[in-house]
Amino acid sequence: MSTAILARPTLGQRVAGPMVATFEFLRLLATRPIGLAGFVGIVFFIFLAFVAPLFVPLRNDPSLVDIYQAPSAAHPLGTDFQGRDVLNQIVYGGRDILTVAILAALVSTFIAISIGSVAATVGGRLDTAILAITDVTLTLPKLILLIAVAAILRPTSFVFLAVILGLLQWSSLLRQVRSQVLSLKERDYVEAARSLDLGLFHIVFREILPTMRSYIVIHFILAMTEAMYAQVFIIFLGLVPVSGSNWGIMLYFAQGQGALFYKDSIWYILSPILAVSLVQLSLVSFAGALEDIFNPRLRGA
Amino acid sequence: MCLVGESGCGKTTTGRLLAGLIRPTSGRLLYEGKDVWQTKGADLARFRRAVQLVHQDPYASLNPTRTVFQTLSAPLYRHKKARGGRQALAAVSELLERVDLTPPDNFVSKYPHQLSGGQRQRVSIARALTVDPKVIVADEAVSMVDVSIRISLLNLLLALGREFGVTIVLITHDLAVARYFARHGRIGVMYLGRVVELAETESLVSDPAHPYSAALIAAIPEADPEITRGKKRVELRSAEIPSLLDLPPGCTFHPRCPLSEAGLCDVKIPELLAIPGHREVACHVAVRERTAEPAAATA
Repeated sequence: MSTAILARPTLGQRVAGPMVATFEFLRLLATRPIGLAGFVGIVFFIFLAFVAPLFVPLRNDPSLVDIYQAPSAAHPLGTDFQGRDVLNQIVYGGRDILTVAILAALVSTFIAISIGSVAATVGGRLDTAILAITDVTLTLPKLILLIAVAAILRPTSFVFLAVILGLLQWSSLLRQVRSQVLSLKERDYVEAARSLDLGLFHIVFREILPTMRSYIVIHFILAMTEAMYAQVFIIFLGLVPVSGSNWGIMLYFAQGQGALFYKDSIWYILSPILAVSLVQLSLVSFAGALEDIFNPRLRGA
Repeated sequence: MCLVGESGCGKTTTGRLLAGLIRPTSGRLLYEGKDVWQTKGADLARFRRAVQLVHQDPYASLNPTRTVFQTLSAPLYRHKKARGGRQALAAVSELLERVDLTPPDNFVSKYPHQLSGGQRQRVSIARALTVDPKVIVADEAVSMVDVSIRISLLNLLLALGREFGVTIVLITHDLAVARYFARHGRIGVMYLGRVVELAETESLVSDPAHPYSAALIAAIPEADPEITRGKKRVELRSAEIPSLLDLPPGCTFHPRCPLSEAGLCDVKIPELLAIPGHREVACHVAVRERTAEPAAATA
């Protein structure tokens, strides 16, 4: 046996596979205008929320002479009830919303995948118990429960809020993961892994879940949209102690300060709504395109 | 050792039972004198490792998301046969050479979709070998690969069996394959979930005792059409396979059997009984005739 076989792969060889895959992915995405627009939208909003604040100075001082101005060169999206620049608030208001959405999606996806796949693989009474709990959770009215939980716990940090949101929305994904795993575990290669005695951990995380990658990514994105919606909703209701500035708080103030009664305040009200909707739209259309790209049978259809 | 029988007669189920993947509805599976389904933990795991399965469909038996190296190295790591990437790579390369996937470094980083059916089947065989099994159940392992490479796969299995001291149980519907593979071994013929005859290959082929085996062997086409046409055909009374949900009473073969005797075959289930010539058969008529002959000769 030559020693060449034993040599570790060079960096070039290691990177080549993922690079090719990325190019292939972008090529396929480029053939789907809606998905591409969604992808661009997501990149844009991530940039807006996480990178732009580093370059745009925060302009947070009230200016009573500038209240509810129409868009102008100085204030491209007008001003709010204290004469502050709306665009500036949009730039600074995205970070918390997106962070919470991502964290909440992480929490719920993690719960759904780990418990769902274990339930399906182990089966028996554990499966029955997990499924029963999931079904109960599924039937709870989410938003009303969220209001109650938020009112009781008064989440002061956004991490805490993300965990609550995550804990409330894992159930439907768990059921789907479970049923997917139930079908995957009958595959020959899983049977082979069982007879090779590779262990439950290996079977779940190395054999079954990787084949569900695409599925998990898509559901992660959809979980983000769900978390974002719920989060803006309860911030708007004022159930989360108001601190800092984000799109939900902008809506809360717009409502509370009676911005509806001013003709020029339309930009102030619409801006956060548009921001939220555009992020959601980007996420959903990107997820839709991913579904096509990951499923070769739907390609070209 | 070969197991043959027609579609749906329970060959695969037998294989899966052997590998301890499904629990028998009745009866016991013994390994080293112990009932496998009564053992737990380490013993059960040891049994599972001792019996490995090579699946029928090479396109479903390898995980599409894992490279050949990942597939083969996981059991090595898990069972502490290799520590560190170097050792694992060396062991995987050796395995790949054993199954004639050479040079191995062409294959280690390939995904299953980059391999042909025959190559995948070789990887499956290599995977089964990673845990030093005592028995390999090859379930229709050559049925779905191209005819041209069947023989080389069969030879590979035979060679590996000798080399590693592994018993290979080849499950097949193709009697020609069984005859080639088990030419120094035994063939078990199955019909509707039961082994109806178990005999050394040559004696089974030249002189089948069970009428069903006789029918199967008569149905093998020969390379020479003259011989095929000249062969004596066993006339079955019916070509229909009875429903598995509503098995006929007595011998399950009696509705089709040319030797069937009313009042015996349709009432009593024949047991697998030893007859002269180191063989066993489950047929009232065959057992009576074959055990009677030598008795008459000595008398």
